Amino acid sequence: MTAVQHLKRTLIGLSLLGLAAHASAQVQVQVSDAWVRATVPGQPSSGAFMTVTADSDSKLLRVASPVAKDVQIHEMSMKDDVMRMGPVDSITLPAGTPVKLDPDGYHVMLMGLTGQIKEGDQVPLTLTVENAKGERQTVEVKAAARGLDGMAPGKMH
Amino acid sequence: MSTLFTRRKVLTGMGLLGLGLLAGCDNSPKLNFKYGKDLSDKIMGRTFKLKNTQGETVTLSSYRGLMPVVFFGFTQCPAVCPTTLARAAQAKKLMGRDGEIMQVIFITLDPERDTPEILDRYVKAFDPSFEALYGTPEEIAVAAKEFGIFYEKVPAGDTYTLSHTATSFVFDTRGNLRLGLSASLNAKECAEDLLTVMEVC
Repeated sequence: MTAVQHLKRTLIGLSLLGLAAHASAQVQVQVSDAWVRATVPGQPSSGAFMTVTADSDSKLLRVASPVAKDVQIHEMSMKDDVMRMGPVDSITLPAGTPVKLDPDGYHVMLMGLTGQIKEGDQVPLTLTVENAKGERQTVEVKAAARGLDGMAPGKMH
Repeated sequence: MSTLFTRRKVLTGMGLLGLGLLAGCDNSPKLNFKYGKDLSDKIMGRTFKLKNTQGETVTLSSYRGLMPVVFFGFTQCPAVCPTTLARAAQAKKLMGRDGEIMQVIFITLDPERDTPEILDRYVKAFDPSFEALYGTPEEIAVAAKEFGIFYEKVPAGDTYTLSHTATSFVFDTRGNLRLGLSASLNAKECAEDLLTVMEVC
């Protein structure tokens, strides 16, 4: 099941639970291509990547996952072939604009992993998104683990 | 027409005459790379002394006869390190049999957290031929300085991450530094320049 499908399911689930009225104030958040990099045994951290699109101006505030004790949002930048890395408070999600969290920019750091992440694992992620009014909502995503080289299973290795 | 191209043509001619192997060695101080940076006139990276994951002390001369490709990083690096190692593995494949002399050497910039066991598993997940080197924080600092590597710890919650230079350094089989490959290049571009390094033996 892709992240989008899962998200749709979650949203449908929420409506069925009678929370639909609340949904009017909610941001529609679409998450696609969510993946996590597999680890070798003993490796304490990894990165998660995805594309997030919100239908109104909002922010990705934080991400949580049961596979890691500490989850942070980091930004990577390159200048003169020096890679700089560091935590950011949030990621701005402009209305209707897909924002990529990929190895060339923003990414989610899964730190203090509870165990090895193996290729093909489905890693649950909970995204907290805040709309322009400061209202928060969570979005559940399942990210498939790819090999350490970032290649999806079945693709060229 | 560049001098290299002329030389290549001459070499091809020689090769056809069966004189290739000996005459093909090129001791010229400069190389023309299509994508990477020529580092032939740079005196750097010669005297590092670190340990491999078996605990053996290694220096540049341990890799004589191979084409060392040296990259500094850390295993908790989410992006540029795995991308660079995956690119090196792919370039090696693209080079076919010539790729056999390419020796990727991953030097940890995070010796406090990267144990030899994790390092070994990590690099071998990309290609079984890859090697990782480690040392004390002081030894790593000396090696990094040798290569002009910038690195610094960046606080991240209770822990830290690292910023660091992302260049791969390539030596020829005699241990002369030749080429710097930036992180922005793809595997095919790297493979082309690596084959140019091989022309100097």
